[in-house]
Amino acid sequence: MIEFLMPSLGADMEDGTLIEWKKRTGDSVKRGDIIAEVETQKGLIEIEVFDEGIIEKLLIEEGTKVPVGTVLALIDPIEVSLETKKEKPIELHPIQEKTTEGITQEAEREIHIKASPLAKKMAEDHHIALFQIKGSGFDGAITKEDVEHVIAQRDVIDKEKTVIETEKTVASSEAIRAAIAAAMSKSNREIPHYYLEKKIDLTKALTWLQEANEQRKVQSRLLPVVLFIKAIAKTLLDFPDLNAIWDNGLKPKKDINIGFVVALHNGGIMVPAIHQADLKTVDEIMQTLNDIIPRARAMKLRSSELSDGTITLTSMGDGGADAVFGVIYPPQVAIIGFGSISEQPFAENGMLGVRSVVNATLAGDHRATDGLTGSQFLNLLARNLQKPESL
Amino acid sequence: MENPVMNTTLTYREALKQGIREALQNDKDVFLMGEDVGRYGGAFAVSKGLLQEFGEERIMDVPLSESGFVGAGIGAALAGMKPIVEVMTVNFSLLAMDQIVNNAATLQHMSGGQLHVPLVIRMGCGISKQLGAQHSHSWEPFYAHIPGLVVLSAGTHEDARGMLRLALLSPDPVVLFEYTGMLNLEKEVAVDSDILDISKAKVLKKGKDITIITYGIGVYKCLDAAAELATVGIDAEVIDLRVLRPLDEFTFLASVAKTHRAIIVEDAWRSVSVSSEVSARIMEKTFYDLDAPVLRLCGIEVPIPYPAHLEEAAVPQIQDIVNAVKKMIHHD
Repeated sequence: MIEFLMPSLGADMEDGTLIEWKKRTGDSVKRGDIIAEVETQKGLIEIEVFDEGIIEKLLIEEGTKVPVGTVLALIDPIEVSLETKKEKPIELHPIQEKTTEGITQEAEREIHIKASPLAKKMAEDHHIALFQIKGSGFDGAITKEDVEHVIAQRDVIDKEKTVIETEKTVASSEAIRAAIAAAMSKSNREIPHYYLEKKIDLTKALTWLQEANEQRKVQSRLLPVVLFIKAIAKTLLDFPDLNAIWDNGLKPKKDINIGFVVALHNGGIMVPAIHQADLKTVDEIMQTLNDIIPRARAMKLRSSELSDGTITLTSMGDGGADAVFGVIYPPQVAIIGFGSISEQPFAENGMLGVRSVVNATLAGDHRATDGLTGSQFLNLLARNLQKPESL
Repeated sequence: MENPVMNTTLTYREALKQGIREALQNDKDVFLMGEDVGRYGGAFAVSKGLLQEFGEERIMDVPLSESGFVGAGIGAALAGMKPIVEVMTVNFSLLAMDQIVNNAATLQHMSGGQLHVPLVIRMGCGISKQLGAQHSHSWEPFYAHIPGLVVLSAGTHEDARGMLRLALLSPDPVVLFEYTGMLNLEKEVAVDSDILDISKAKVLKKGKDITIITYGIGVYKCLDAAAELATVGIDAEVIDLRVLRPLDEFTFLASVAKTHRAIIVEDAWRSVSVSSEVSARIMEKTFYDLDAPVLRLCGIEVPIPYPAHLEEAAVPQIQDIVNAVKKMIHHD
């Protein structure tokens, strides 16, 4: 039996309130499924499950606040082969309670609901269960139009909810403040920081970006920060000690998940991770940003996005400060800062010219690495940004 | 100022004849052989006057022996000529099937690429008007089945005029289907319009609600149906396959991915037809884009009847297409 625990969504999290179960007893789950929604200081978070199996029992009732590490549910790890998948629900029937039985039957009925392949895919993408959709096609089959109808209705409801929840957001911004306070105090208390700064010429990168954007539609145009993210990810491949956590010793991480600092409108920050940024193209990174930034501001992030970061990037953006020296987000061991891009006099090869320049900084955990590593990292980062086409 | 586009009105027959005449004028190695193509001017008067213009050497009447003269055409092609062999109708081509399938289509392969058969076989195809079962069939699927052949279907006047020129450039045997039912049909065609390829299907009308895929005699019917559908607010995209082998799946798959619905229209019988193949490829490659089952509108599976009203009922007509599309979209 697998114990499914209240996850830690960052070093600062002590407890969370289970708001809603998204799965029921007897449901089969697979890696990546959303199992529950948990209210934390960082808002309402969708909690993902990382095992495959059938939910044996839900132990915590909705609305209960429990500490990190509490067992929330038991999952029966089934070898999910075709045969067992078919047999299992039949075995479970006799021991199920009435309420859950109804739901299971609905789930089973779903298998027989007629829906066009496109409609099925759309419903899945939007997390809409087929039995909630009324079909208007041949033989009552669900079509694209039917799904669009439900999505439109849901959007209206969501908008109404947002209005109601505004007050709640004001209250929870205090909670976010408290969470930041806890994490940053811990960082300053425990992590001996060292700081480095490197001035990077961005002229080539920005020219490349301008040309690249001429080929793209307005909504998919790239921002300079995408190049920063991609360059950091690429550079980190050569510096595994910076893409790591400190947990009684340096523990390098396999995936490069760059936490990206998003400032919230009402104050406070959220740091969702861009998973495996080294494997993503610049366009995919842009898409990810377009997805997570609004969700971060709406406090609708997933557990993996909040807990998986292996390094953090804070970028000032247009008109911000010239340089930023970050405070490391424990248990990570480095934070990279980009100031705002500005035109500056720049000497090169005995000539003085005007260039677009940015100040990149690195705050490193001196327990994990030394200034030499950090300095080499910033040098390679600067060189990688001179070859934007190969990012 | 730009030159205005000059249009001319042309029957399908005249379009075919212009294509043959141009081919004969452009290349002295090109010649036409077939039953009654010379003195009689062609069974359907397509080659009328060409004997007088080009002489007996190049417009050659042959005996009623399909296997014999198609074989002779293959021989001439192997020897370096560019023969256009006319088989009066596709129904009779079955007598020459052995030459086409076992010789023309295989020689390149069996000679390890040493031999090419640059032969073009033209065939009248489909229903004309009450010519009975033995003259009215649609055998395109037979030929579309065979590797080694290029199979073209001239569903528009532009293609009737232009496909032959490009077919003669092919190093390998080409079967070119012409439609006897359209011979007297007049259409406006740009004077100097010239088609540029015989490798791609063509989107003849753009639309967003459904993709109507067809070829041959179905093309104008589907365009007319699309015009009628437009009046009830259905925006159909119409694709003329043009090339039945090798199929240009890219064009119709892209269209279905956009419209999410497809109907295929052809005169040939439904079982093991061109639409079977197109339908299967749509299912294999755009399954998750489909919002409705793919529908096929094909010939009824009987020998084409002689009485006019039954003949008409045996193949898809404009109203059938309109009704089927409405049903797919409005589910009524």
